[in-house]
Amino acid sequence: MRDVVIAGIGMTPVGEHWEISLRSLAYRAIRAARQDAGGLQPQALYVGNFLAIDSSRQANLACLIADNAGLGGIEAMTVEAADASGAAAFHVGYLAVASGLVDVVLVVGVEKYTDALGPEQESAVAQAMDYDYEVMQGLTLAAQAALVMQRYLYEYRPPREAFAAFPMLAHANAVTNPYAMYRRAVSREAYERAEMIADPLRLFDMAPYADGAAAVVLTTPERARDVTHPLVAVRGSIGAIDTLALHDRPDPLAFEAAYHSVQRACEMAGIRPGEVDLFELDDAFSIYAVLSLEAAGFAERGQGWRLAEQDALGLRGRLPILTMGGSKARGNPLGATGVYQIVEAALQLRGEAGANQVPNARRALVQNLAGPASSAFTHVLERYSG
Amino acid sequence: MEIPRHWRLKQQRYALVGEVCPHCEEKIFPPRDVCPYCGNEAKTQFTFSGRGTVFSFTTLTEAPAGFEQAAPYTVALVKLEEGPVITAQLTDLGDRPVEIGMPVEMVTRKIRAEDEARGVILYGYKFRPVMETPK
Ligand SMILES: [Zn+2]
Repeated sequence: MRDVVIAGIGMTPVGEHWEISLRSLAYRAIRAARQDAGGLQPQALYVGNFLAIDSSRQANLACLIADNAGLGGIEAMTVEAADASGAAAFHVGYLAVASGLVDVVLVVGVEKYTDALGPEQESAVAQAMDYDYEVMQGLTLAAQAALVMQRYLYEYRPPREAFAAFPMLAHANAVTNPYAMYRRAVSREAYERAEMIADPLRLFDMAPYADGAAAVVLTTPERARDVTHPLVAVRGSIGAIDTLALHDRPDPLAFEAAYHSVQRACEMAGIRPGEVDLFELDDAFSIYAVLSLEAAGFAERGQGWRLAEQDALGLRGRLPILTMGGSKARGNPLGATGVYQIVEAALQLRGEAGANQVPNARRALVQNLAGPASSAFTHVLERYSG
Repeated sequence: MEIPRHWRLKQQRYALVGEVCPHCEEKIFPPRDVCPYCGNEAKTQFTFSGRGTVFSFTTLTEAPAGFEQAAPYTVALVKLEEGPVITAQLTDLGDRPVEIGMPVEMVTRKIRAEDEARGVILYGYKFRPVMETPK
């Protein structure tokens, strides 16, 4: 397998982009990533997207996006793994370059959540679950997270307020991220006052769904030698699944796919999970951030919430997470989220994260989940030094 | 909408028909082609008793399409006495607070208004608290 580097990154602000079409949103991120990559010509496009086939009535999205971006004739396909589609597309892009088959790959994660409204949106997003046996019982992704959270509270008895630390951290970090949807701090009082979405899950325990697109250009170090900014190497890239339905798991708090993908990605990179400078985990729900920390081995089972109390997770802590605001405050563009995480980690490793810079960030662990870690894709990224 | 799909699932929805693995004897619901316990093919039907306990639960306020009229409603993970855990709504709760460990039993109820104007209403399993009957 060849070395693979990220030669270019680009993204749009996350938000409600009523006025921008699905194809144009993707194009904005593509244009930025291609400019950043200094004119490398992509030979393949892999699109991460979750909802377009339902909410936008659009199949073969990758063909449309490549066509609209003036990339006629190249290979293009969409990669779908619900809200882990972005990282799944990045993984496919990595494989294409690493295998030697393709020299320059473009990966774009794009989501137009606002193409559907209200209950229709809830239904579209619910398709991440087992349709026959979860969705048909009236379950939503938020309610599914609430089932996990309720059980966690029952088994481990953390104080209910312990979860507040995660949205508070995300919002604090998003204040200085120009691409974030919510650039304001959230107080503990606001967290506790917020409406109940699905008991015990409150409004701030859930990342808000939104529109957005993020893109990267992947290539070999040789092909990227004329790029003027630092390169980021992909050292580990692994996906794993659990049961799709939450109810089929012997232990729904174990997040086994998250565990296995971290273990194998770190093994591939030749490191231990502790040997990273930041962890861009998936905070689609605050309980999932806690379980991801536990599954990656950064805390004992039932103790993940304590890391936030010890202030270990801030930009200057020993394990910074959600460094640009995470899905909670950057916004959660579902099938694009995994690519946003990669772009944000790349900014950190290039030393270009501005006020959000993690000091001397050399290596990052990045993990994107579908639902309650039904699928997990974990990447180890490193500042490339030849 | 989706008529063949709902027809295909009616045994599971009305009668909790799952499987017992002929190789390792584990009970399986919903039915699977491959037994998750031993990896062999599972095809022998098994009807569950419909009795179980609440493993986790939540009450939703924002319902997806087709469930708006029912909101707010309570969805639970129910651990069946034969082993499997399933996702199902709780019903007939009255003023009763739901607790983890609470005994429940299956009943058949309307589960989604598919297209009520055309008279397509879906029925299926829900669970209610076990009635304490005087002996
Ligand atoms: Zn078996």
